[in-house]
Amino acid sequence: MLIGLLVIPILLALVILLALKPEQRNEARIIAACATGACLLLSLFVFLEMNQTSNISHAQTQAAAGLASFIEEVKVPWIPALGITFHIGADGLTAPMLLLTGLAAFCGVLISWRIEDRTREFMAFFLLLVAGVYGVFLSLDLFLLFFWYEFAIFPMYLLIAGWGWVERREYAAMKLTLYILIGSVVALVGVLVMYFSAGSFFSDPTHPERLPELRTALNDPNAAAYSFDFSQMEIASRWKEYSGAFNQQAATTANSSNPNATPQTAQPGEPGPFDIAGAFGVSIARFWFPFIFIGFAVLAGLFPFHNWSPDGHVAAPTAVSMIHAGVLMKLGAYAALRIGVQLLPDGAKVHLPWIILLALVNVVYGAFIAFRQRDFKYVIGFSSVSHMGLVAMGIASMSVVGMTGAGLQMFSHGAMTALFFACVGLVYEQTHTRDIPSLGGFAQKMPFVAAAFAFGGLVSMGMPGLSGFIAEFPIFSGVWQGPVTGGNNYYPIIAILSALGIIVTAAYVLRVTQQVFSGPFNAQRFPDIHNITNLDKVAIVLLGSVLVIVGVYPQIMSTMIQSAVLPVITALKGG
Amino acid sequence: MPLVPNTDTVANLLAVTPEILLTVLAVAIILLDVFWPESRRRQIGYVAAFSMFAIALVTVLVPTPAINSQLMWGGMIRHDTLSQLFRTMVILAGGIASLISMDSPGIGRKGEFFAMIVVATIGACFMSAAADLIMVFIALETTSISLYILAGFLRNNLRSSEAGMKYFLFGAFTSAIMLYGLSLLYGFTHQTNLYAIGDMLHKLLPAGAPVNPATALPILLSLVMIAVGFAFKISAVPFHFWTPDVYEGAPTPVTAFISVASKAASFALLTRFFVIAFQGDPTTHFWVQLVAVLAVVTMTTGNLLALPQRNIKRLLAYSSIAQAGYALIGVASIAAQSGSVPGSGAAAVGFYMFMYVLTNLGAFGVIILFANATGSETIADFAGLSRRNLPLTLALTVAFLSLSGIPPAAGFVGKFFLFRAAVDANLTWLAVVGVLNSIVALYYYLVVIKIMFVDRSPDEDKVIPVSAPYRWALAVSCLGVIALGTFFAQPVFDWAALAAKGLFS
Repeated sequence: MLIGLLVIPILLALVILLALKPEQRNEARIIAACATGACLLLSLFVFLEMNQTSNISHAQTQAAAGLASFIEEVKVPWIPALGITFHIGADGLTAPMLLLTGLAAFCGVLISWRIEDRTREFMAFFLLLVAGVYGVFLSLDLFLLFFWYEFAIFPMYLLIAGWGWVERREYAAMKLTLYILIGSVVALVGVLVMYFSAGSFFSDPTHPERLPELRTALNDPNAAAYSFDFSQMEIASRWKEYSGAFNQQAATTANSSNPNATPQTAQPGEPGPFDIAGAFGVSIARFWFPFIFIGFAVLAGLFPFHNWSPDGHVAAPTAVSMIHAGVLMKLGAYAALRIGVQLLPDGAKVHLPWIILLALVNVVYGAFIAFRQRDFKYVIGFSSVSHMGLVAMGIASMSVVGMTGAGLQMFSHGAMTALFFACVGLVYEQTHTRDIPSLGGFAQKMPFVAAAFAFGGLVSMGMPGLSGFIAEFPIFSGVWQGPVTGGNNYYPIIAILSALGIIVTAAYVLRVTQQVFSGPFNAQRFPDIHNITNLDKVAIVLLGSVLVIVGVYPQIMSTMIQSAVLPVITALKGG
Repeated sequence: MPLVPNTDTVANLLAVTPEILLTVLAVAIILLDVFWPESRRRQIGYVAAFSMFAIALVTVLVPTPAINSQLMWGGMIRHDTLSQLFRTMVILAGGIASLISMDSPGIGRKGEFFAMIVVATIGACFMSAAADLIMVFIALETTSISLYILAGFLRNNLRSSEAGMKYFLFGAFTSAIMLYGLSLLYGFTHQTNLYAIGDMLHKLLPAGAPVNPATALPILLSLVMIAVGFAFKISAVPFHFWTPDVYEGAPTPVTAFISVASKAASFALLTRFFVIAFQGDPTTHFWVQLVAVLAVVTMTTGNLLALPQRNIKRLLAYSSIAQAGYALIGVASIAAQSGSVPGSGAAAVGFYMFMYVLTNLGAFGVIILFANATGSETIADFAGLSRRNLPLTLALTVAFLSLSGIPPAAGFVGKFFLFRAAVDANLTWLAVVGVLNSIVALYYYLVVIKIMFVDRSPDEDKVIPVSAPYRWALAVSCLGVIALGTFFAQPVFDWAALAAKGLFS
C-alpha cells in the first residue's frame, strides 16, 4: 500500500507532463488534485492503521529491546551485491509525517489552482516533489533514503526558480539547493563510513559467529554483512546488547556440555576488539555524528545553517512554501533523528549537549528576527526557523517527553506553517505587496483568511487546546528534565531561555495580525480585493481542523510517536 | 593468471567477432556510399547505427572463455568480461553517435564519415581488450588517428580544421611520450605482454623487501610517461588543454563521440594497464597516489573552469574533464576489496562509464538539434526551450541531472558507487573532495536547466523539429539513463562487478 504513495504521484506526474497539451490546464489541475487526494487518503489510512492498539503495543514491546518496528513493510532486493534494498515501511514517527505530507500536498494543489503559467509543468513537478518527500519518510534503507532526499531537490529547485517571487527566486532557489545538497552529501559520506565499519565488523574473519547472530536477530537467513538496511544498521548499533544476549546463551550451552571449558566468547558489556558499544565503534560514532546530524539538520534550518530557509520560503510559490516549510524541513529533522541519533547513540550523547545550544539560538534568535521583519512572508519564514529550533531542541533533550514533543511539533508546525503560508499567499496574490506597514484592514475584505491567520497565530503561541501547546509543552518539560543519560545540569537554564522565544513569538504574531488584518483598510491602494474561493476555504479548513483535533485529542498522535521514540531512548541509555 | 595464450581457433575468432563485424561494416558503408544514389545516402546513417546496435548485442551474447584461457592471439588481447563490457559500451556509443550525425550539415550524407566512426570504434574495441604493449599502442593510434580526421572533417570550416590540427598535435606529442614510457618498460622487463610485465615487476620489486631505487625509479618514470598518454586521452588535468577547443571546433556529433567512446575505452585500458602491469608494492602504491591526485586536480579544475562558460559545447568539455576526474576516483580505489564485490573500484568505473556514455550522447543529441534549428551554441540562447519543445528540454534535463548526480538519473548511482569504493579503499578524503566537487558541478548544470525552464526568449513560438533518428537516439539515451539509475542498476552493476573480478583473477 505504501508503494502507492510513491507510484501514484510519479506516474500521474509523467501523465501530466507527457500526455497533456500545454493548454489543458484544468486537466492538469484535476489530475494533480486526484493524485494528492489519493495520497492523502492513503496516508490517512496508514495513520489509522498505525493507531491500532495492536500495532502500537507491538511497537512498544519492540522498543523495550531498543528496536523500531514498522508496519506495511515492503522489502525487495535492489542491488544485492552492495546490500542495497528497496525497503519501505512506516512507524509511529513517520505515520504522522505521511499524513502531514498528504495534507500539505493536497492543500497546496488547491491553493495553486489559479496558476496559469505552465500549469502542466507546475503540477507535474509538484507531484514529483511530493513523491520525493514521501520517499524519504518511507525509506528504511539508507541508500534509498538518500535517493529520495536528492530526488526531491530538483523539482523543488525548478518550482522555486520557475514560479517563485520574480525578484529573488533564482538566487533563493540556488542557495537553498546548494545548502541542502552540501548537508546531504556530507551526511552521505558519514553513512558510507558507517556502512563499511558495520560491514567489516560483521564479516570479521576472527569472529565468524557475528554474521549468523546478525541473521538470527534480523530473522533473515540471507542477510549480507554489508548492508544499507536500516534494521540491520540498527542492530549493528545495539550490538552490545545483542552479542551480550547471544554470548550468554552460547556460554551457557558451552558450560553445560563441558563444565571445564572457559567461555571463549566475550561477556556482555565487555568491550570487543573495536572498543564497541555498537558495530560502528565509539570513535567512528563520535567523529561522524556531528556531520550526519548537522548535515541533515541543514534542511531543518538549524543555526547557523538556517540562512537558506527564509529566503527560500519567501521566494517560493505558495504551494511550494507550504510543502517546503511544512514538510521538507521535517525531512531534515526526521533524518537527523533517524540516522544520526538512533543509529549513533554514542555520538549523540557527546554532541547533542552542545547542539542543543544551536537549537536555542534558533528558537530565540529566529523569533527576534521574525519580529523585526517588514515583509509579511519573511515573518513566517523566520518563525519557521524559530519553531524548527524547538524540534531540534526536543531531539537534543534526549528524553522521552522531549522527543515525543519534537515529533508532535513536527506535525503541528507543519500544518500550522502551511496554513500561514497559504494565508500569506492568498493576501499577496491580490495585493502584490507583502510590506506589512502598507497593508491593513484585510479582515474586512478577507475575513476567512484573517480568522485562519489569527487561529494559526494562536497555535504558534502555544495556546492550550491547540496542537502547538501539546507539542511545545512536552519539549520544554523534556529539556527541563534533562537527558536520560544524566549529567548536563544546564538543561533547565536552556528551557528557561527558550521560553523567551515563545514570548517573542506572541509579540510578532500579534503585531502582524494587528497590522495586516485590523486597522483601516486602504481602499485606494487596493481597490479590487475579493474574498477567497471555496477551494481555498477547503484547504484552510483542512489544515486548521487537524490543528484542533491534535490539540484536543493528542493521544491520537502522541502515543504512536512515543512508541517510535522509545527505541531511541533505549539506545541512548544503553551502551 | 597463466600466461599461456589460448590456441583454440574458434575461441580466438570469437574473441574478435565484434571487430571483424565492424570491419565488414566499415567496408560495406564505403561500398554503399559509392553505389547508392545521392538521395539514399542519408540512410547510410541508419545502416551504420542499427548494424552497430546489432553488433553490440552480438558482443554481449558471445560468451567469454574460462578465466584461465582468456588470452587470445598470442597474448595480444584478453577476451574477458571487462573487454566485453567496454566493447558493448563503445559500440553502442558508435551507434548512437551515427544516429545523431544523420541530419548534421556537412557530415550526415557522407559515407566516409560513418566509415571513420566505425573504424574509430574498432580501435576503441581493441583498446578495451588490449593486453600487450604492441596492441595497446596500435589500438590507441587506430582510435586517435580516426578521431583526428573526424575532428577536422569539415574541411572548409576553419574551426573544424583548427580542432583537427590541435587534436593531432597534442595527440602526437603525448603518444610519443607514452611510447617512450612503453619502451622503457619493455627494456626493464623484456616483456611486451601486460601480464608478463606484471609478473616481472613482482620479481624485480618484491613485496616487503627494501626498494632498490636503481630499479624502482626508471619503472616509476615509465609509469609516469604512460600515465601522460592516458591523461591526454581521458583529458585529465594538466593534459586537458586541447579539450575545450577541440570540443568546440569539431562537428558536434564528433565531439559527442570523442567525449564518450575514446574516454570510455581509455578508462578500460588505463585500469587494465595499471592494475595488471604495475603490480608490486611500491609501484601500486605510487600509481594509486598519482591517480588520486590526478582525480582531485582534474575534477576540481574541470568544475571550476566550467562555471564561467557561455558556450554549451565548452561547458560540456569542462564537464567531461570533471567527469573523468570522478571516474579516476574509482581507479584510485583499486584497493577496495571488502564486501561481496572485490575490486568494486573497477566495477564502479565500469558502471560510471556506461552511464556517462549514454548520458553525454543524449546531451549532445539535444545540442545538435538545437544548433541545427537555431544555429547557436550559446547557453543563453537556450532560454525558453521548455516552451518551444518540452520533450527535448526534458531529455537535456535528464542528461544534466545524470551528469550532476541527481536521482533518478543514473549519475546518482554511478557517483555513489565511486564514492563507496573510495571509502572502502580508505580514501575517505577523496570521497569528500568528490562530493564537494559534485556540488560545484550541480551549480552550472542547474543554471542551464534554469535558463531552459525559467528564462524567456522572443523565439518561443519557433519550433525545433526533431527527426526520427534523433528521436531514437534520445529515447535510448534518456530511458537508458533513467533505467540505469533505478531498476536496471543491478544487472549492469553486476556485470561491471564480474568484469572487475575477472581483472583481479
